[in-house]
Amino acid sequence: MTTRTEVYTLNMGPQHPGTHGVLRVILELDGETVVSATPELGYLHRGIEKLAESRTYAQIIPYTDRLDYLAAMNTNLGYCQAVEKLAAIEVPERAEYLRVIMAELGRIASHLIFLASIAIDLGGTTGMMYAFRDRERILDLFDAACGARMTFNYIRIGGLMADVDEAFLSGARTFLADFPAIMDEYHGLISGNEIFYYRLKDSSVVGRERALALGLTGPCLRAAGVDVDLRRDEPYGIYDRFSFKVPVGEKGDNWDRYIVRMEEMVESASIVAQALEKLPDGPVMAKVPKILKPPPGEVYHRVENPRGELGFYIVSDGSAKPYRFHVRRPSFQNLMAVDELCRGGKIADVVAALATLDPVMGEVDC
Amino acid sequence: MRPLVEEMIGGPAWLADLAMIAVQIGAIFAVIMASAIVLVYAERKVSAFMQMRIGPNRVGPWGILQTTADMLKLLSKEDIVPRAAERRVWALAPVLLFVPAVAAYAVLPLDAGLVFADLNIGIFYFVAISSQATLPFLMAGWASNNKYALLGGMRTVAQMISYEIPLVFSLLGVVMLTGSMKMSDIVGAQRDFWFILIQPAAFLVYVIAATAETNRTPFDLVEAESEIIAGPFTEYSGMRWSLFFLAEYANLVAVSAIAATVFLGGWQGPWLPGWLWFTAKVVMMIYVFMWFRWTFPRIRVDQLMSFGWKGLLPLALVNVVVTGIGIYIAQQWRG
Amino acid sequence: MAANIEPVLLRYLAGLFPRIGFGDRPGDGLTVVTAPADEVYAVLKTLRGDEPFLMDTLGDLTAVDYPDRLEVVYHLYSSACGHKLAVRTGVTKGAAALPSVTGLWPAAEFAERETYDLLGVTFTGHPNLTRILLPEGFEGHPLRKDYSLPPRPATR
Repeated sequence: MTTRTEVYTLNMGPQHPGTHGVLRVILELDGETVVSATPELGYLHRGIEKLAESRTYAQIIPYTDRLDYLAAMNTNLGYCQAVEKLAAIEVPERAEYLRVIMAELGRIASHLIFLASIAIDLGGTTGMMYAFRDRERILDLFDAACGARMTFNYIRIGGLMADVDEAFLSGARTFLADFPAIMDEYHGLISGNEIFYYRLKDSSVVGRERALALGLTGPCLRAAGVDVDLRRDEPYGIYDRFSFKVPVGEKGDNWDRYIVRMEEMVESASIVAQALEKLPDGPVMAKVPKILKPPPGEVYHRVENPRGELGFYIVSDGSAKPYRFHVRRPSFQNLMAVDELCRGGKIADVVAALATLDPVMGEVDC
Repeated sequence: MRPLVEEMIGGPAWLADLAMIAVQIGAIFAVIMASAIVLVYAERKVSAFMQMRIGPNRVGPWGILQTTADMLKLLSKEDIVPRAAERRVWALAPVLLFVPAVAAYAVLPLDAGLVFADLNIGIFYFVAISSQATLPFLMAGWASNNKYALLGGMRTVAQMISYEIPLVFSLLGVVMLTGSMKMSDIVGAQRDFWFILIQPAAFLVYVIAATAETNRTPFDLVEAESEIIAGPFTEYSGMRWSLFFLAEYANLVAVSAIAATVFLGGWQGPWLPGWLWFTAKVVMMIYVFMWFRWTFPRIRVDQLMSFGWKGLLPLALVNVVVTGIGIYIAQQWRG
Repeated sequence: MAANIEPVLLRYLAGLFPRIGFGDRPGDGLTVVTAPADEVYAVLKTLRGDEPFLMDTLGDLTAVDYPDRLEVVYHLYSSACGHKLAVRTGVTKGAAALPSVTGLWPAAEFAERETYDLLGVTFTGHPNLTRILLPEGFEGHPLRKDYSLPPRPATR
């Protein structure tokens, strides 16, 4: 009797616990080993770019909340700064500081989701609960600032929706005071676990050259050893007033992508602390007309989101609505690496690679 | 109890024997059902406390009736058979899995003299029966006609076979010490000290291999939710699924009971009655397994294999050799 | 920090490709090089690989639908020299086709697929030019201005 082996196809997703939403990955498998992996997108496509063409500039902000819904503050920020650049609007000092505080808290919240999802993707349910517990505190802070927990619409063109109160500030300070202990807990429970370490170490490697070629950005690129961070290299807002380190990995395996994000959280916490210390008094909103009509022109503004480089390309024809609105979404670009991350690994590595790539489908499908 | 039954039936001796067997089987089933219900609740509460949650708290006081409610729900669910499934094999798998789980209880000595069948090959019987659990998983995985299920089924076979061997070798050390495979002899030999004291390596190997045998984290590759949905159980629902679930907890109790019997002195212990000691030890072992499950992540399939064959098995073999040398030295020393 | 490309480099580029135009665009003031469609690939190739430019990073690739043309816009960055630049080229709507730049920047693969999907620009030489966000067999390219949205299904 002759035995014959065959490569078979496995549809992972769009409904699968390990694919973070409605990502579908078509896996060609040889037993448990991945021969090729093709991402299929579009299950969450809402046509935000088209919708934006029939909305006023201020009306678009809630749509940006729904792009990267795990870091909606950062996405708000990127969009509003793009429009401010286009219309040459000056933002008050206090608003600039509060924006940094919100964006960095948003980064921590987003990375906590990453931590939670990698914990559960690797089978450690308890780690997930811990990360969600602490993210909840940040969401409570956001709730206190703007009344929403996920989709904020808080950062507005020209400033902020509302000033924060003392409860928010003291809450943020308490959170920062507790943060080192929280990180220690994660390192004890999750990073310190041998199984966790050996699951991630040396798997799904995307080295420096390939990471640059594939257009990876954000933590995935830094994990491959490329020292790039737009907050430092091309400071937007007032990021040039803060000192922080940019964590960089060595070879771009799953473990590097994990540890880079863990270290980024610490840096973000330090930025928040610096901003809280320097926070000036004053208004939080500039004089912006109700219906904003930026002069004709184009703008491409990019910011460092938790998932990488988020770019807004807006073409204005002088009317109240953008002529063209395009978003360069980091998760979308990062998904190009799926095949390279998964090939040669096991099915379990696919789940780990997707977790460390950390795509948000709301952003991918736009 | 036997004379009482004989008196009540008043018929020939074989009738009384039959009645006795029926009573004993009934008792085992009752123990399994009751322990499963308690354990599901306990697992949910333990995990909740480890994760800073409250856990079930709505049905009954402190939610203790939650499992009962879930059971009723599962029983009343529609029986869905996938169209592409190989119907007979698919339907047979959960039942077949339940059989070895129940059969293993026959040799567990709950107290002095309180054992369904005190076979003189008790441990051998347990090992033989529990290794039967591989086949139903494969049947379920293959017959579901689902790739995730098949992957899970294949993983089970690889995992169970790899961890069956260190499990057997870890028990072998104790068998060498007592010179008997009879459960009551093994417990009796631990009157002065528990075997965990002179067989710590074997206990370690046993606990790890038993975790793998019961498919619990960090060895839950068979049903690895984030990878292969639910493995062989993917296509099962309602009562068929709950049979798998029940068997899983029955197995958990069985391996914990074997650990208590072989390494922790079984029913032996001062002051308290034997069955209470036994229950306490089993509960402690179950808690250890639950603790594993809610702290560890899952290991990868190739790591599972290399750990089993390159780590556990050599350790178990060395333990057997060291035990043999130890026995020889002890014999020489005693003269 | 990425700054606008030096004017001297632009004049050098204009010396190589006399048909291109350049200037700072209103809005963010980024330098834009406008190249004719049949020359844009050569311009991009020079910008990507040749010494004074070394635009090794493709930041963004998309297209805009103007009444008379479809304009494809490339935002380029150089991590080696630290300058940035946008390149744009107009193609006619009826036969919107351009050479693919996946050979220069592999990162363009998804962006070109998206532009093809939503705006209907064909990139010749692309390894796998299929729809990426919309389902296969979708009619039309929704980000074009003449795309009419299907009427809302009646709700009850």
